[in-house]
Amino acid sequence: MSTVSLKVEFSGGLELLFNNQRQIKLDLPAQADASEGRPADVRYLIHWLKDNRLKERPELFVENGTVRPGILVLINDTDWELEGEEEYVLENGDDIVFISTLHGG
Amino acid sequence: MPPKLCQLCNETRAVLKRPKTGQHICRECFYYVFETEIHNTIMEAKLFSPGDRVAIGASGGKDSTVLAYVMKVLNERYNYGLDLHLLSIDEGIRGYRDDSLETVKRNQQQYDMPLKILSYEELYGWSMDRIVEQVGRKNNCTFCGVFRRQALDRGAANIGVDHILTGHNADDIAETVLMNIMRGDIARLGRCTLITTQGEDTIKRSKPFKYVYEKEIVMYAYFKKLDYFSTECIYSPDAYRGHARTFLKDLEASRPSAIIDIIHSGEAFEVRQEVKAKAKAQTTCKRCGYMSSNELCKACSLLEGLERGMGGLAVVRGRCRGLESGRR
Repeated sequence: MSTVSLKVEFSGGLELLFNNQRQIKLDLPAQADASEGRPADVRYLIHWLKDNRLKERPELFVENGTVRPGILVLINDTDWELEGEEEYVLENGDDIVFISTLHGG
Repeated sequence: MPPKLCQLCNETRAVLKRPKTGQHICRECFYYVFETEIHNTIMEAKLFSPGDRVAIGASGGKDSTVLAYVMKVLNERYNYGLDLHLLSIDEGIRGYRDDSLETVKRNQQQYDMPLKILSYEELYGWSMDRIVEQVGRKNNCTFCGVFRRQALDRGAANIGVDHILTGHNADDIAETVLMNIMRGDIARLGRCTLITTQGEDTIKRSKPFKYVYEKEIVMYAYFKKLDYFSTECIYSPDAYRGHARTFLKDLEASRPSAIIDIIHSGEAFEVRQEVKAKAKAQTTCKRCGYMSSNELCKACSLLEGLERGMGGLAVVRGRCRGLESGRR
């Protein structure tokens, strides 16, 4: 089965939910759903991270099927709001950054 | 999806959707509008005069780190003529504040600004760790908030500064407007949207980020690779503010202008004269001399409670007084 290689980064305090890891490299199945042939998108990545890498308090990362409001997402250093948000189809070598804005300043 | 061009310069690829306007903008245009809007806020409110000595309340977190950086940029670009200082408060929370103060110390080097750190321990004789040991985790945020407010004033007096800038952003202010409405706190509702506040005898405080969205502050820090600290305080955060915050973030997700709209609503409230009249007259605290609306200021009445709980720790009284000589 083909895979996509990604670099995923967490900051702004989110790394604390991921075992204090600020950066991880992943090989994700290129098909989010083998039977339907749906390609792996950011929505799939969020669920995959929650199910496989998140260590605590999932409600601080995911809400209503996407990231919790107040978490910024960048796809290759671009605001995900310009890239289709959850619908963005992941490509080999993509760099996805999750930043929490919910921690004190 | 083809890359989208910046809607301001029409030349470079857009990297950010502005929450305030919905515009798609590139990195350079983002820096320009972000910094220029703060400059405009400063000019419209006439925040400074040349030669002012100004302290930036620095926690090591995203807002105050970006504030220190941007103030340095603007001070040089527009010749404000300000003498900028960093002022940090050490609440005495091991594993939280000691780490964030390391960030502030790096900022001191990076931004070449003098840094003053004042601790609750030296000001009040109590660190937050010891206060929590005594009062538990229920009202600890009240102690911390009251003590921090005074501590910043005292720190400013100590370094001869009469104006403190804080990193409060548009999201924080909208949150506070909502909280004051929900609590029926009319006096604070009237004050919380002001860009500058000043008590009778206290130091001036201003919020240059009053109209700046948190999203843009975080994006600015990310693109500029600014060094900031982000960990939740180890003591339970203010639960009420947490609800207001979640509510606001949900509103923002469905309509990004909600934040600025709530601030505008707050600004537009006019408090009736008879309601205003009920606010207590200001006097000074008989114990420490800080401005107060009661015989004892809030910090001193909290301290008296703590001391009683400890069987009389009168030494703090002396320390509290001693510091007054350093004030204006």
